[in-house]
Amino acid sequence: MSTDGKFGDYGGQYVPEALMPAIGELDDAYQRYVLNNEDGFMDEFRERLADFGGRPTPLQRADRLSERYDLDVYLKREDLLHGGAHKLNNALGQVLLAKYMGKERIIAETGAGQHGTATAMAAAHLDMPCTIYMGERDINRQRPNVFRMKLNGSDVKPVTAGRGTLKEAISETMRDWAATVESTHYVIGSVVGPHPFPAMVRDFQAVISEEARRQAQEKIGGLPDSVIACAGGGSNTMGTFANFVDDDGAERSSADDPSGDEPRGRVDLYAVEAGGSSLAVDEEAGVAPNSASLSTGEEGVLHGARTKLLQDSFGQIMESHSISSGLDYAGVGPELAHLVDTDRVTPVAVDDDVALEGFHRLSQTEGIIPALETAHAFGYLEEHHAELSGSVIVNVSGRGDKDLQSAIEETDARDVPNAPDMSMFAEGI
Amino acid sequence: MAENEAIAAAFADGPAFIPYLAVGDPDYEASKAYVEALARGGADIIELGLPFSEPIAEGSTIQNAIVRALEGGMTPSRFFEFVTELDVDVPLVCMTYYNLIYQYGRSRGGAPGPDAFVERAAEVGISGLVVPDLPAEEADPLREACDDHGLDLVFIVAPTTEGERLERMMERVSGYVYVQARLGTTGAKTDVSDQTTRSLQRLSEWDVPKAVGFGISSGDQAARIVANGADGIIVGSALVDIVAEGASSERPVEETAAELEAKARELAEGTREGAARRSPDVDAI
Repeated sequence: MSTDGKFGDYGGQYVPEALMPAIGELDDAYQRYVLNNEDGFMDEFRERLADFGGRPTPLQRADRLSERYDLDVYLKREDLLHGGAHKLNNALGQVLLAKYMGKERIIAETGAGQHGTATAMAAAHLDMPCTIYMGERDINRQRPNVFRMKLNGSDVKPVTAGRGTLKEAISETMRDWAATVESTHYVIGSVVGPHPFPAMVRDFQAVISEEARRQAQEKIGGLPDSVIACAGGGSNTMGTFANFVDDDGAERSSADDPSGDEPRGRVDLYAVEAGGSSLAVDEEAGVAPNSASLSTGEEGVLHGARTKLLQDSFGQIMESHSISSGLDYAGVGPELAHLVDTDRVTPVAVDDDVALEGFHRLSQTEGIIPALETAHAFGYLEEHHAELSGSVIVNVSGRGDKDLQSAIEETDARDVPNAPDMSMFAEGI
Repeated sequence: MAENEAIAAAFADGPAFIPYLAVGDPDYEASKAYVEALARGGADIIELGLPFSEPIAEGSTIQNAIVRALEGGMTPSRFFEFVTELDVDVPLVCMTYYNLIYQYGRSRGGAPGPDAFVERAAEVGISGLVVPDLPAEEADPLREACDDHGLDLVFIVAPTTEGERLERMMERVSGYVYVQARLGTTGAKTDVSDQTTRSLQRLSEWDVPKAVGFGISSGDQAARIVANGADGIIVGSALVDIVAEGASSERPVEETAAELEAKARELAEGTREGAARRSPDVDAI
């Protein structure tokens, strides 16, 4: 793992000068508390994840999907984490770290509202004042999450710039940080941004694959053949992949890998991006009707890091799109971009329609209503199960309660073959 | 490290007044008239903002200007065309974000990397670059391209920049340093903090002109900052406010240009006045 903030050519620290000392201070705290467990930071983090968060989350065999695809399908149930998504792993880690660093205030951006609600919960739990920036359009798409943040005592500030989604909220939060950097910690919501954020957020989320790897030994009797996770910014993706990345099937001498006395198996890793309505881009309008930066993006610099981006030929950042606001982002974590370039992670894309079908399928076959983000992973499984074999772990990154309104509207707006007939309730929603 | 002669000359006769406008705000032709008005008003150097879609270092005033300029169709190619057509005889510094510099070669069918942008900038007569999202740590490829084409690379010194970071920056800077008067993003404020004085003291041993920016909006403030030892003042938001008002009230371009020229004159005079007020011991730092 990288310690200089670079993943191949990706990563780095492309931020205004005023933020550099804060990032240096954060890097120092990351090394001491997270990597070296100084003052027992990681012990306290683990304990709070268990007691407050409800970890470990189960690795559950999905019997009906297994039968449907003639595979052993296992679900890593991050939807059962407190708050209903994997987001708490990172938010709790960072708010706790801010406390250890002596910061007095938390700020965060949010897209779907999942990171915002997780940060608001963690801030309330750890008694830290908290301000959340959220795009105006996302506020309208995710009202229940706005209420949840307010209920936990956070201040929610609407961002009206641009199209009012995640990338504008990130820019606005960076502006706040530039003015308040001495007292404030910015809890970034994904494995994006300047070093050390991508590495640190990965490490907080890596608990997902740490558990999954151990649980797979018990339930599958070894490693899974494939691991599938949806990818927007990439925090659940990196968390789900982190402890499987080295299972690349390559021969290793004992000098390379002194810890492992067993030969490394091969685990295939699939990052499922939002294909939106199309993978084509409208350069004239500056719009990419998808959020598939790993599959279609070009290298560039955004929000503090060099990574793969949806941008026009001049480098202006495109407006992305997805049915799921949590995946709706024009960039992606630099480590994922590197893992794709080195052929360790396979990027795939699933469009809005297929994701919506995945949403209904998991709800009906397994009794789990997934987040629309998560539904992309199940859309991929449906379309490509024939290419997979043996055992597959799919990360259920979040539950779908937050998405009910948009899932019903989106289902209504198109012909979804496996959707229930909701017409009798149409008036009452 | 190459030093751009035009920029060095602008600081040679005393403190410099350096105004900023976003190019293309609110449209191409009006923007040209506004930049020329700044030159008539007494600008010694002009910073031309090339609009980027995610301007993370800007406050709302300049962010809105950038949105207006992008909506008006401004692109890096149009920007270079704009500079070619501009009728001013002061050095021009381009302020933009790294992704536009990095991608310019790709937009012309080549590989990404800073060289193509810097080459084109030199060709149209740009003397220097300011890149607010490019800290010294990531700046070597751009520094090299600037050396190859004779451009200055200006860095921003924040109130929080100290020690090794300051040294790393000073090893790479040329032309002038942009001393950020206070923490936060750009934007007009009435107070000019004593952080400014401390920053100037911290930089005193470095032999490079120190231009102070962030929050300066009047000739009086300019005079006070120069009297405290600054070698130049940079004004953006206070001028962009005038452009914004012109755009929203739809008054004739000439009227807005006249107002910009008057404001520039006030700031330029404040800058000269501040130089005259300097006490000998202040002059030493």
